[in-house]
Amino acid sequence: MTYSQSDIDDLLPLPPATFHILIAVADDDRHGYAIIQDIAARTSGELQMSAGTLYRSIQRMQEQGLIVESRHRPDPEEDDERRRYYQITTFGTAVARAEARRLTDLVKLARARGIAPERS
Amino acid sequence: MRLHSILLYLYPSSFRAEYGAELSNVFYQRKQRATNPIEVSFLWIRELVDILFNAAYAHWDILRQDLRYTMRTLRRAPGFTLTAIVVTGLGIGANTAAFSITDHVLLRPLPFANADRLVQLWQRTPAYGRLELSPPNFHDWHNSSTSFEAMAAYSSDTATFLGKSEPQRLEGTRVTPEFFQVLKVQATLGRVFTSQDVHQAAPATVILSYAFWQSGFGGVADILGRSIRLDNESATVIGVMPPDFFFPTRGKQYWRPLLVTDPNMGYIRDNYFLYAIAKLKPGVGIDKAQAEMGVIADQLARQYPKENDKVGAYLQPLQETLIPSQTRLLVWALFGASLCVLLIACTNLANLLLAKAMARRKELTVRAAIGAGRERLVRQLLTESAVLSLAGGLVGIIVAVAGLPLLSQLVPPRLPLSDATVLDSRVLAFVALVTLGTGFGFGVLPALRMCRGVDHEGLKEGSRAGVGGRRERLRSVLVVAEITVSVVLLISSGLLIRALWRVQSIDPGFKADSVLSMQTWLPMPRYAMAATRDTFYTTILSQVRALPGVSGAGFISFLPMTGGGGIWPVVVAGQVGIPETAAFRLVSPGFFAAMGTPIIVGRDIGDLDVLGGPHVAVVSESFAKRYWPNQNPIGQTFHFAFDFPFARQEKTVVGIAGDVRFRGLERLNEPQVYLPYRQLPDRTSTYYAPKDLVVRSSMDTATLVPLIRSMIQKAEPEMPISAVRTLKDVVELQTEPRTTQIRLIAAFAGLSLLLAGIGIHGLLSFAVGQRKPEFGLRIALGAQRRDILSIVFREGLVLTATGTLLGLIAAYYVGRSMEALLAGVAATDPLTLTVTAIVAFAMTLSGSLLPALRATRADPTAVIRGD
Repeated sequence: MTYSQSDIDDLLPLPPATFHILIAVADDDRHGYAIIQDIAARTSGELQMSAGTLYRSIQRMQEQGLIVESRHRPDPEEDDERRRYYQITTFGTAVARAEARRLTDLVKLARARGIAPERS
Repeated sequence: MRLHSILLYLYPSSFRAEYGAELSNVFYQRKQRATNPIEVSFLWIRELVDILFNAAYAHWDILRQDLRYTMRTLRRAPGFTLTAIVVTGLGIGANTAAFSITDHVLLRPLPFANADRLVQLWQRTPAYGRLELSPPNFHDWHNSSTSFEAMAAYSSDTATFLGKSEPQRLEGTRVTPEFFQVLKVQATLGRVFTSQDVHQAAPATVILSYAFWQSGFGGVADILGRSIRLDNESATVIGVMPPDFFFPTRGKQYWRPLLVTDPNMGYIRDNYFLYAIAKLKPGVGIDKAQAEMGVIADQLARQYPKENDKVGAYLQPLQETLIPSQTRLLVWALFGASLCVLLIACTNLANLLLAKAMARRKELTVRAAIGAGRERLVRQLLTESAVLSLAGGLVGIIVAVAGLPLLSQLVPPRLPLSDATVLDSRVLAFVALVTLGTGFGFGVLPALRMCRGVDHEGLKEGSRAGVGGRRERLRSVLVVAEITVSVVLLISSGLLIRALWRVQSIDPGFKADSVLSMQTWLPMPRYAMAATRDTFYTTILSQVRALPGVSGAGFISFLPMTGGGGIWPVVVAGQVGIPETAAFRLVSPGFFAAMGTPIIVGRDIGDLDVLGGPHVAVVSESFAKRYWPNQNPIGQTFHFAFDFPFARQEKTVVGIAGDVRFRGLERLNEPQVYLPYRQLPDRTSTYYAPKDLVVRSSMDTATLVPLIRSMIQKAEPEMPISAVRTLKDVVELQTEPRTTQIRLIAAFAGLSLLLAGIGIHGLLSFAVGQRKPEFGLRIALGAQRRDILSIVFREGLVLTATGTLLGLIAAYYVGRSMEALLAGVAATDPLTLTVTAIVAFAMTLSGSLLPALRATRADPTAVIRGD
């Protein structure tokens, strides 16, 4: 899939749920419930995403081309055939990077004004 | 988990199909990890909130997408969009306007508290189903009955108001103190009457209408306590009624107390002029009250056999009294017509959508092929029709606002309602309902039709979707329905026009052309004397007659067709039975000539018919036929069955005049009796002293009126002049509701015909477009222009013939149901039916013309090239 910088910029800033989902599938294909668990683990249980929010986000992200359904299935003994696995696209990775950069820049700005803690 | 699956149905079905299993799976996993019932309960609550919230969002997402797509599609086809919006707008607009008046006049309860418990009380005799009450009878009914919370009487009243400027004649009502209690209304300023205001020694008081307070006194705040002069009496203003209070009719300017206490206070038991209203006690039905009143009336009939023989009581719900069945029918007919227009408009919308959807078959098939479910396609098409009908609804409101002034003319002036029908929340709610109904009702059919067959067939190159198959049949059925409905409307308006002609051709009994009329109210008590009146009449008549161009002038007590006047019981010596009534009028010499009413036999009232001379009368032809059939009526005598000398005096018939329709063109009229005004004695029945002046003249009204006005003012400065109008206007007022109704129904018929024409044109254009290759081929094979034309026209003709035939059948039943409005014109009136059929076929021809011509231009080479 080809995309331009403006395609990426059009989607920024990302809704928090979208960003979290992108991070969850960044390194590995995951199914829905695994995404929820991953997000909860990474935020120490603070963000418990509901199934409705998750799949509505997934639907939109699929339409936007950020993720696709993965054709790779895990080993049969670990697999449940009802489950659907999602995989990040190159476009999704680019958008996640751009969002991360945007957030970093924001934090830098805040730091310069002394309203965010210095990196320890 | 079953419950969870059911909850998932809240999501759009495409979303459910895609993620339903996943959602269930996540919920299942979470439930597995819950350890106790409290956690499970919390889980359920969270899940429920989550589903409600996200399902709403998911629907909204789709709607947004569909709306965006719809806007794009509609912008791409501006012609289609505009046609659809205008067609829907006209339908909704006509319907909204008609609904607003139906609601205002018929559906809404009367604007009084507990209106459903209000009844009108009437006397009933063998000759009259409904008759006003006499004061003694009202008094007895009032005191003997127990079914009512309150009962009140009222009678119409007029008075000359001498304010700062010219004397003014006011219309008012005399009311008993319980009048306002029955209607449960309070004054907006001051108070209403109490029993203290209504006894013989009470000071004169008056309550003003809001409109008269504004017009007569500029709405000054210190109106209460002011003394105003009404006729010869000074009355203190004690209250002003609210601006929306109109009872008994819209034009009333004041209310004065009416004293009906003592049955022996001089009122006659068989002189009927009071109206009575009452409010039923809670829980008492009208039947029970009617039974009680029947018993009371029987009792009175036994007690006063002379006056009350066969006088019964009749109770009628007030709403029924106020809104006569003809008004009811008129408004319903109008509403029915507007529904027809809406139906046609909707049919056209459905047809347009269907045509468009067929043209878009390929696109829809492609969308289906790339995974859009049928539900998504239906939703998309429905969004389109909803957007179109919404825009149509907005246009409709504009159309309705534009149409309301015309419709307001249909609110009969005799109703206690304002004539301003407004577009309020009720009407707007109706618009919303109609709009939604239109959008969905007529969008669903094409949408389902289209999506049912969406398959790979549509993708085939050159496939001709929807031609010759079921879909075209559906469209043909819709067009036939349109023609049927417009034929029904055409015939209805045709019949009503014929009825109007028939009513207009009824001979009123006088020649209305170039006659001016006006009312002059004699200031009492000065004019209670015959000699004073005589001086006035003689002066005015001789001066008016001397004007150039005036060929006749005369006075009468009450002009025909203006309401009011006397209905007196007649006694002819030697003829037994209950006295029948006659319309009683006092006239001046020359009245008949001025009106153009012929004296058939004998002579007119003359200058020598004076107080001391023999009492004479001119009677109508119907009067003579009723009492002296096959005899010479001249020289016969009669008197009136009232107990005072003037009425008792035997009158000798000296002339027979042509019948005059005093009560109106379309009503039954009593026989008429005319007496010379000079024979009305002093201080007797002054109410009937002539006051309506009629002048036959070739002079222009605008020149004539000021001349006569100044003559009257010079003769009597305190005399108000009112109701200045030509006799022609008086007669035309009779048919005004009909004329307005016809204008509206004819407008609806024209509109529906136009819409049906658009429908035929649309259908044939589309069919021709689709069959172009076929026509090209025919031409290539040697078909003539004529052959192609006849193929297309034949299609149009078959549709029209079917629609017209069905329309004729339906119109017959519609005509039967409005027979009461048709003044004797048959529902099968051949002229109306023939004209309608011709118009319907002309419409078809013009609707088919363009598509037919286009068909003849089909290019044979394009076919050969293998389009």
